[in-house]
Amino acid sequence: MSVRHALLAFLSARPKYGLQLREEFEESTGEVWPLNVGQVYTTLQRLERDGMIESDESEDEPGPQKVFKITEAGRVELDQWLNTPPDMAQPPRDELVIKVLSALRVPGVSVHDVIQVHRRYLVELMQQWTRLKEDEADFDLTFALVGDAELFRLDSVVRWLDAADSRLKRAALEPPDTKPAPLIRRRLVTRR
Amino acid sequence: MSLLELHQVSKFYGEGETAVRALYEMDLSVDEGQFVAVMGPSGSGKSTLLTIAGSLEEPSSGEVYVGGAALSRMGRNDKARLRRRAIGYVFQDFNLLPGLSAAENVALPLELDGVPSRRALQIGCSTLERLALADRAGHYPDQLSGGERQRVAIARALVGERRLLLADEPSGALDSRNGEAVMRIIFDACRSGVGAVVVTHDPHLASWADRVVFLRDGRVANAPDAVAGASAGRPLASPG
Ligand SMILES: Nc1ncnc2c1ncn2[C@@H]1O[C@H](COP(=O)(O)OP(=O)(O)OP(=O)(O)O)[C@@H](O)[C@H]1O
Ligand SMILES: [Mg+2]
Repeated sequence: MSVRHALLAFLSARPKYGLQLREEFEESTGEVWPLNVGQVYTTLQRLERDGMIESDESEDEPGPQKVFKITEAGRVELDQWLNTPPDMAQPPRDELVIKVLSALRVPGVSVHDVIQVHRRYLVELMQQWTRLKEDEADFDLTFALVGDAELFRLDSVVRWLDAADSRLKRAALEPPDTKPAPLIRRRLVTRR
Repeated sequence: MSLLELHQVSKFYGEGETAVRALYEMDLSVDEGQFVAVMGPSGSGKSTLLTIAGSLEEPSSGEVYVGGAALSRMGRNDKARLRRRAIGYVFQDFNLLPGLSAAENVALPLELDGVPSRRALQIGCSTLERLALADRAGHYPDQLSGGERQRVAIARALVGERRLLLADEPSGALDSRNGEAVMRIIFDACRSGVGAVVVTHDPHLASWADRVVFLRDGRVANAPDAVAGASAGRPLASPG
């Protein structure tokens, strides 16, 4: 995740002390993506070097007492980042997908059992998230949003497992495909 | 004592060559206050499980106990009374009667059970109130949104002293907010002691349950546990 841009976002409303930034950062993402203090200050240093933020001159070291403020260049950078979709065109190298594909090649291994192991594990994780969200979400909007993101991500993985499970079951019932596989490499092209 | 217990329940439809095995030697036990979700591919026996658990159909073999009583040893009338008093059903398509208001729909099972209609209606209204539907009590089903209709259907399934709730895809046609509202209602009912068995395809919704049972080909899918390490992972426990 981009600490850099998150910090710019925190500075966009008004100038803040280093300490304040660190605390806000921890409050908003804290439990979910713990971040060490050093990371906040080194990132501030780099942002200043790149002209995205300015600090008062009173102290040299970027530390808790220094005041930071966003520059015009910082605002442009932040705005661009907010509106640039992250690269989702290339499938990530998903370990679970690879495990399922590999299970197909191992004699004596039931791919359906492998799928079930992972499905159960993922649903258990989802149960834990739902409990946490149920306990916390009323008090903490950020946590609720992060919980939703996590739940939908896990949900999509379970749904993929379900789809793979039934696709494989159907394929096992049908006679093997005699057509040679086409050699075309397909790629998604997206406007970014 | 568990509220619902299935012991080695099998269900076959048809006979001989063409027989379909919908459930096979199924064991399941649901305690008071427990929320069990049932997942599994289409045709894996989820609806069959619910209809047998709710005594709407008889198993080909095996035994079902509701509140400790074996269904096979009950007469017709006893079973009918059990269905009216102890078990609530919610189906995917709502089953609200179009000519009755929300409150009248909820009160219906009580009336069928001999509760005087004024009293039944009072209880119906207070059940709707509990589910934050008080202002919809006088609406007819076609004046309710899909989400509201489904919540009314759950109110009807919970009205009176029902201890066991059986729901087949209760959030099937609903968007995620309404689906979640439905699960929350069931979740809260379980906190007050109701045992629930809810069939859903939606992992997100299943995650509200205390326990998730996966069916495959009429049996509980018994895959080995995940290798320790992975299963030890908890949300928030390992900063990534
Ligand atoms: N009345 C019936 N007569 C014959 N076969 C039936 C009957 N009811 C169900 N079956 C068969 O029993 C099997 C299990 O059906 P069931 O309705 O329990 O599946 P399900 O898990 O609820 O599926 P879905 O997710 O599609 O609702 C299926 O193969 C189905 O075709
Ligand atoms: Mg079904």
